[in-house]
Amino acid sequence: MSTLVRHQGGGVILLSLLIGLILGIVPLPAGLELYRPDWALLVLLYWSLALPQRIGVGIAWLTGLFQDVLTATLLGQHALAYAVATYLIITLHQRLRLHPLWQQSLSILVLLMLAQLIIFWINGIIGRPIQSWLYWLPSVVGALLWPAVFVLLRGLRRAFRVS
Amino acid sequence: MTLDQRQQHLDSLRSALSVVVYPIQWLVDLPAASQDWFQETLSSRRTLQEENARLRTEQLILKAELQKLEALESENLRLRELLDSSFKVRERVLIAEIMAVDLDPYRHQILLNKGSSDDLYTGQPLVDANGVMGQVIQAGPFSATAMLITDPAHAVPVQVNRNGLRSIALGTGSLTSLSLPYLPNNADIETGDLLITSGLGGRFPPGYPVAEVETVIRDPGESFAQVFARPLAELNRSREVLLVWSQGQARIDSPEEETAGDEDPAAAEPSGEAAP
Repeated sequence: MSTLVRHQGGGVILLSLLIGLILGIVPLPAGLELYRPDWALLVLLYWSLALPQRIGVGIAWLTGLFQDVLTATLLGQHALAYAVATYLIITLHQRLRLHPLWQQSLSILVLLMLAQLIIFWINGIIGRPIQSWLYWLPSVVGALLWPAVFVLLRGLRRAFRVS
Repeated sequence: MTLDQRQQHLDSLRSALSVVVYPIQWLVDLPAASQDWFQETLSSRRTLQEENARLRTEQLILKAELQKLEALESENLRLRELLDSSFKVRERVLIAEIMAVDLDPYRHQILLNKGSSDDLYTGQPLVDANGVMGQVIQAGPFSATAMLITDPAHAVPVQVNRNGLRSIALGTGSLTSLSLPYLPNNADIETGDLLITSGLGGRFPPGYPVAEVETVIRDPGESFAQVFARPLAELNRSREVLLVWSQGQARIDSPEEETAGDEDPAAAEPSGEAAP
């Protein structure tokens, strides 16, 4: 992708994804960790919404793979979830961009839940079902945080002219 | 994904990736590690002296106990030789630190700062000062993931120290409780009994304390008693763990044992129960 001249600011994208991954495993006080949103996926969703021509399913899949290794889950389950969520947001990006932020949040909620559903489903298949409604909390927290993530990353994108 | 779950082909890929992500994990662990370091460096002379004195007395007591233990150990070995059974008391150990990194909140797994470059292997038991903590489930070159005994997918073969009654202790998903579901109503087990590893699964060396029985519910309508035990190891408090090279390692590494090791570590464990 970096072969094309007009693309720039790849470092910013990479760094933000890295920070997303780091936030995903930073130790939180006991109890709060159940609320931890899927930061890496939020960052991925922003970049694929803003620059669908740059950030695609492949990068999402790779990020998911790293997330899998970082959280010691089954190799590929986050990768699949991220790839599906990114695919959907890329197909819908033209419509989603027109929505006001709070409506975007609702769509993001659906996407985050879908990603969690895939992980939930795989966990069920491999015999580690999660029997708690609290499992879905990270999606809700993630959707609530979406406006903040969006504004922050948009600021970054404009400041560094990422295109 | 299926490959990762069912077979071990992707282990090498996972190890390679774990090297790539190790800097991230190291970075996340850095604040906690540096806090430890600062605490050690900046603690006052008095605290150090106090700690030194305390450790000295502790060491004295432990040494005295060790003398007794050595005599007992040699006696035990002699008796066992008479009985013609092999039993090794001493094991190789290594101290590893738990990295301050959060993994999946619905699983009880921890990340250690030692890996296969320190000879760690999958299935290696983990203990702390008070009891068994868990086992290594995946060893990368510089870091390793370990599953605690309280993970819902974990089972450890135990026996009651008082009378040698064997059973399996399953994780419940709560850090303070293990469940023993396969004990009949008339089993001789009571509150306060110490559970130690029986060594039957081949993973854990025999004789390490695991848990203390907390509640025993005998419902005549049920075929099994409901027994819950509290793990003795400080699962959510200790920062250092002891890795044990059990005498069973040679067997686990041999090819015929490899087939059993292919399954989920927990799935392999209950086979110990089938033994008499």
